Amino acid sequence: MITANPAPEAGTEARTGSSPVRAVTRRKKRQWLPYLLLLPVVVAELLIHIIPMLIGVGMSFLELTQFYIRNWTAAPAAGVGNYRFVLQFDEASGKALLHSFWTTVQFTVIVLALSWLLAMAAAIWTQHAFRGRGLVRTVFLVPYALPVFASVITWSFMLQRDNGMVNHVLVDQLGVTDERPFWLIGDNSFWALIVVEVWRLWPFAFLALTAGMSSIPAEQYEAAAIDGAGVLRSVRWVTLPNLRSVNQVLLLVLFLWTFNEFTVPYTFFGKSAPEQADLISMHIYQNSFVTWNFGTGSAMSVLLLLFLLAVTAVYLLLTRKKDVDA
Amino acid sequence: MRLKRITSAVAVSLVAASLAGCGGNEETSGGAAEDVTLTYWASNQGTSLENDQEVLKPQLDAFTAATGIKVDVEVVPWSDLLNRILAATASGEGPDVLNIGNTWSASLQATGALKPFDDATMTEIGGADRFLAGSLAATGAEGQPPTAVPLYSLAYGLYYNKAMFAEAGITEPPATWADLIAAGKKLTTPERWGMSIEGGSVSENIHNVFVFSEQQGGSFFDDAGKPTFDTPENVAGIKQYLDLIQTDKITNPSNAEYSNGTEALADFASGKSAMVMWQAAAGSLEELGMDPADIGVAPIPAPAGGEDVASIVAGINLAVFENTEHEQQALDFVEFMTSTPTQIELNGTYGSLPAVQEAYSDPAFQTEAVETFKSILDTRAVPMPAVPEESQFETLVGTAVKNMLAQAASGTVVTEQAISEQLAAAQQQLAG
Repeated sequence: MITANPAPEAGTEARTGSSPVRAVTRRKKRQWLPYLLLLPVVVAELLIHIIPMLIGVGMSFLELTQFYIRNWTAAPAAGVGNYRFVLQFDEASGKALLHSFWTTVQFTVIVLALSWLLAMAAAIWTQHAFRGRGLVRTVFLVPYALPVFASVITWSFMLQRDNGMVNHVLVDQLGVTDERPFWLIGDNSFWALIVVEVWRLWPFAFLALTAGMSSIPAEQYEAAAIDGAGVLRSVRWVTLPNLRSVNQVLLLVLFLWTFNEFTVPYTFFGKSAPEQADLISMHIYQNSFVTWNFGTGSAMSVLLLLFLLAVTAVYLLLTRKKDVDA
Repeated sequence: MRLKRITSAVAVSLVAASLAGCGGNEETSGGAAEDVTLTYWASNQGTSLENDQEVLKPQLDAFTAATGIKVDVEVVPWSDLLNRILAATASGEGPDVLNIGNTWSASLQATGALKPFDDATMTEIGGADRFLAGSLAATGAEGQPPTAVPLYSLAYGLYYNKAMFAEAGITEPPATWADLIAAGKKLTTPERWGMSIEGGSVSENIHNVFVFSEQQGGSFFDDAGKPTFDTPENVAGIKQYLDLIQTDKITNPSNAEYSNGTEALADFASGKSAMVMWQAAAGSLEELGMDPADIGVAPIPAPAGGEDVASIVAGINLAVFENTEHEQQALDFVEFMTSTPTQIELNGTYGSLPAVQEAYSDPAFQTEAVETFKSILDTRAVPMPAVPEESQFETLVGTAVKNMLAQAASGTVVTEQAISEQLAAAQQQLAG
């Protein structure tokens, strides 16, 4: 994909050479240059992505427990043992993984829907110039600019049962309930995590949609207005169709980020999340780092990777098909 | 850092060359050894990481003055320590000397990352019989040379607020668990609870339920090291803990979300609770503004007719990393840190107990509280299971207890049946 780009450029350079002979030798000389320039990227890509990924796949076939972490090569082969262990859904370990998977699916769908709707509404509101628009846009982007750790820790303070601000407002000031609800443990922890995650994520969607909307020609809205379209209709028939390609990428990226989310729940709950909000990446972390079983942890990671690849492939296939239809 | 390591590596090879044939006698190393810098990972014992640096500095300077060996200390927070050690183990790039939680001893021993202290090595650092027998039992699996030595010894005690007890007309600290519950009910008022617990902390939960299950005569591993989680005794031990919230109601349900390791203690210090089960806390309590005259400490009582167990053998061990390039200097450092004067100084400051017998003759350790803790450690403390799966056990069961506490706090009673199922599930996950 990347390798294709610089080649024609080199060709153009060569064609501008003065004499045919010199051009040929220069072309020969220059042919390796683009590849040389690409080398750092290829090496970095290999080192940072490909090799660790392959090592992870390799680890998933090893019985890599604490007895062998000093010397991985001595770890006995586990074959598909790790996979069989994590996938035995009638046992506690498999049930826990399945539970964590479904929790993550629900979490992702809700977070995606809320973030996108919020971002869409905010982007439409700030699409046309008004006094103070820059300020509003800046305020919207604040959660995205804050360091994750600082902001999520603040959320966890606010959501404490006895001293948290949320309960203070809900119970002491508004009197919504008599009993102080828990937010960091129990059933509510799932919703608390969703609120924090949406708060973290939606500014990015807002940014992407705002950028997408700025390239929609004003004439289209004018034409729609002349045809008698109100706000809702012009959103439906002008804005959304123009944002198709932005949305296609945006939703995919948001999906992948949310499904893999680790920093937010880890900061929010600490080492072990409540069962109700046990997201898959936290679950994998628990099963490798915390219980020192890197083999099963890797097996779960590989399964997660395969799942995300499959979803991505199907998604791209489906959205591309629509392109052809249209 | 990198450069330093290279220079020190060069320095070591020079020293090694000049010492060839000397048998590694540290006294003769002379000027050349001054170029050796040991990397030391210290655990967080003081009120903050900076505080630890300050406490350790005079000792490390004394060590450098005496031996010429420099020590580069890094205080690692507890939340990172085990992960850092695991990463160092996997990569082989780690410190020379490090602190470990003593409950991890057997697990880390199994990785082979720590240098075994065989008899000869033990003799070199002053002999095994200098140490408290109880603490020495928590340095590795039975029948193998230990891979660490005790550095700071600790035990759990029942801290109680003397003023509140007197006000409620309770003259003696509780002698049985039933007494404790009765006292707790008396002390629980709309403004205050009988007992505070760090219910969201995996490690506090596992330490507490381990002691309670021992009191009930239970055990999480049999003599062959096989897990036996789901037994009636272990269920009873966990129920004893959950009942503080769900049946006895002497603990604030909000405690189920306390997880940063200070909240239950802060509640006790500020008078929001009358009792708390904690390791050596007098120093922290005073720092939190509690009047020292109000702080009482007694052994955690067992149910009538139960085993007289009051604590785990808690504490911090000192270990030498197997991949160290300065074994001799590292052992010198271990000898220094476990020497009587250093032990008196450091344990005196941190409020922990010296790990060596001799230090107890010092007047600083002749107080009532130290005697209570020493007698707990000598006669009523049980080491956590010395099996390689210990860390997994702590995580799995500790997490299960945390989740059950959360359930109890939300108002759903956790039955014995439910506890039993959770334990069976935890044991199945251990098998992986």
